Amino acid sequence: MRLVIKGGRIIDPRNGLDTVGDLLVEDGVIAWCGQHLPDAMALDGDVVFDASGLIVAPGLIDMHVHLREPGFEYKETIESGGRAAAAGGFTAVVPMPNTNPATDNRAMVEFVARRARETSPVRVWPTVAATRGNENELMSEIADAKEAGAVAVTDDAFPLQSAELTRRVMEYCATFDLPLLTHCEDKTMTRGGVMNEGLVSTLMGLKGMPRAAEEIQVARNIRLAELTGCRLHILHISTARSIELVREAKRRGVSVTCETCPQYFTLTDESALGYDTMVKCSPPVRTAEDVDAVRAGLADGTIDAIATDHAPHAAHEKECEFQAAAFGMVGLETALGLVLTRLVHAGVIGLADAIRKMTVAPASILGIPGGHLSVQSPADITIIDPDERWTVDPEAFQSRARNTPFAGWELRGRAVATIVGGQIVHGDLVRAPRGRVRA
Amino acid sequence: MSALNRNILALREMSADEIQLILDQAQEMKEILSRPIKKVPTLRGKSVVTLFFENSTRTRMSFEMAAKTLSADVTGFAASTSSVAKGESLKDTILTLNAMKADAFVIRHSASGAAHFIARHTSARVINAGDGTHEHPTQGLLDMLTIRQHKGTLRGLTVAIVGDIAHSRVARSNVWGLTKMGAKVRLVGPRTLLPADVEQLPVEVHTDLRRGISGCDVVNVLRIQMERQDAGLFPSVREYAQTFGVNRSVLREAKPDVLVMHPGPMNRGIEITPDVADGEFSVVTEQVTNGVAVRMALLYLLLGGSNDASGH
Repeated sequence: MRLVIKGGRIIDPRNGLDTVGDLLVEDGVIAWCGQHLPDAMALDGDVVFDASGLIVAPGLIDMHVHLREPGFEYKETIESGGRAAAAGGFTAVVPMPNTNPATDNRAMVEFVARRARETSPVRVWPTVAATRGNENELMSEIADAKEAGAVAVTDDAFPLQSAELTRRVMEYCATFDLPLLTHCEDKTMTRGGVMNEGLVSTLMGLKGMPRAAEEIQVARNIRLAELTGCRLHILHISTARSIELVREAKRRGVSVTCETCPQYFTLTDESALGYDTMVKCSPPVRTAEDVDAVRAGLADGTIDAIATDHAPHAAHEKECEFQAAAFGMVGLETALGLVLTRLVHAGVIGLADAIRKMTVAPASILGIPGGHLSVQSPADITIIDPDERWTVDPEAFQSRARNTPFAGWELRGRAVATIVGGQIVHGDLVRAPRGRVRA
Repeated sequence: MSALNRNILALREMSADEIQLILDQAQEMKEILSRPIKKVPTLRGKSVVTLFFENSTRTRMSFEMAAKTLSADVTGFAASTSSVAKGESLKDTILTLNAMKADAFVIRHSASGAAHFIARHTSARVINAGDGTHEHPTQGLLDMLTIRQHKGTLRGLTVAIVGDIAHSRVARSNVWGLTKMGAKVRLVGPRTLLPADVEQLPVEVHTDLRRGISGCDVVNVLRIQMERQDAGLFPSVREYAQTFGVNRSVLREAKPDVLVMHPGPMNRGIEITPDVADGEFSVVTEQVTNGVAVRMALLYLLLGGSNDASGH
């Protein structure tokens, strides 16, 4: 089957493309992308969609999600998380390995990949835990996991505490050319902490997590990346000083990249006043000064990628005392709307830059295919209405979880269709009027 | 109808007028406590549940005596630990108790914000009897009532709060209550026991005890928890007593008619020397009496009781 997407604004940052034109999908790959499709190439029987007024982008890639399978299927599964991803405009996701059992060996990586093939409408690129059982003691069988399909090594949710262990993991990652994704947190400083440490935690009488606990590990991990030559990627960066450390390291040529998530350019710790557990996440949302720094870091390129840290939880894990509530919020179905509303329409970054940070940037950090619209590449495409106004309704989520602080928010812009390998996995495309079909 | 159309969760969320109303009402209630027969029919037919997820015999008894003096029916619910640890969620506990149609819940809980959480899940009035390290509004009110009785007013007074400010719900309630009523507040303690960004509160911050209580009208001494030493927040109880313990010598820095307060129970010889604890400046036992009066006032104002014995 052939699919023609006509008259959309095609934005493909990797190929420097930003033009109104057509895109032809044939046998699951992109057969034409760019200017008006020559009449000679159009065939009778093509399914033609009218994309005028819409953005045609490479399929979005979320390099940081939690799919909870195996072990926590009551929160989310690879299937439900995959459906949430498709609904949010993502064609590929990268799940973190803090499952139960941990994704820390070949068999578990193969399990995730198999369940994804069997159930997920979007591509799933597995990762492997840095240490066995996420226990911060023995290194996982990283090379074996890579052979099974793991695209990165990560300590997410269980930040590596020992500098020595971190060094050895980095050396080993460098040996096998895998990036290390690190959640930066000195746990000795955050024990019992449930939100950002500052005036608001003082007002609320909640134990804070100081920004320094993140910054100390960012600095340490940058230094260790220099020592080892490992490709370091810093997960969900959240503080002004952390961003400054990355900016300075990049200036010196250190192999370091970083991502942030919509909550860190949208919310401050004041949103926790009233003890709203939906706001509780790790790292915690910070202060206005940090939010400004995240925006500046996105604008000047210090922050390479935007991910979600999609962290689904069951209702009862959030409907409780703030200090007892689980950390994290879902993000797959609100990320694009928040990026467009809070960054693009707000004039912080351009549309092409936003798409770059959600497509080619994560693909290149992880060394995975996708993230562009080159001819002959798999037809992973996201079609975006940048102006559609909609209200976040958790009841309408495809995710099993509803834990979002953005319920009821008015956003501007969303994915109207998601195409993976030429298959429409989300959205109803409007067929072009018959008269516009050229044959 | 009730005069205070709200829950009592935090003094930070209350207006000076509301605080004034409660203190004036408490003054009247105190008169009832001095009668030979301390029982009025005001809240007959109203049910009050004291819900203590954290042990506190004195606060619970104070609330129960207040409710009984006003003829409300009191039921106590004591959970030895957090309901989450018991296996039932706090929400389920509240939904169950709510279904029993109590008129008011008095909540003590180790989690900051627990009273707010409960208030969202019940139609009953909620009084926060101390939530984690957040607030203890009735303690703040009884402290203010005690000061007002001795000084006539709160406006223009300087009150030093000494000790573990970081973990003190008493300090948080006092800061908001006192400053709203026109007093100046100083927080005094070692840096490790002061919370983050404390300078942004409407207070003066001191790390030197003598300077901190210099010229003060009131010194409110907080209880030191021994586990703070294990957490590495100060090197030893001995050193704490020597540097931040309130004794007669440092008290000379304060005004000659200084009031010494303590929310109890006291560690005599640690945060306060025995001669000060039991000396002429101490109003600790009055605080306890005023606690009953304040809690009577709150129950009365919230539950809309009538002074008419026949009810309404």
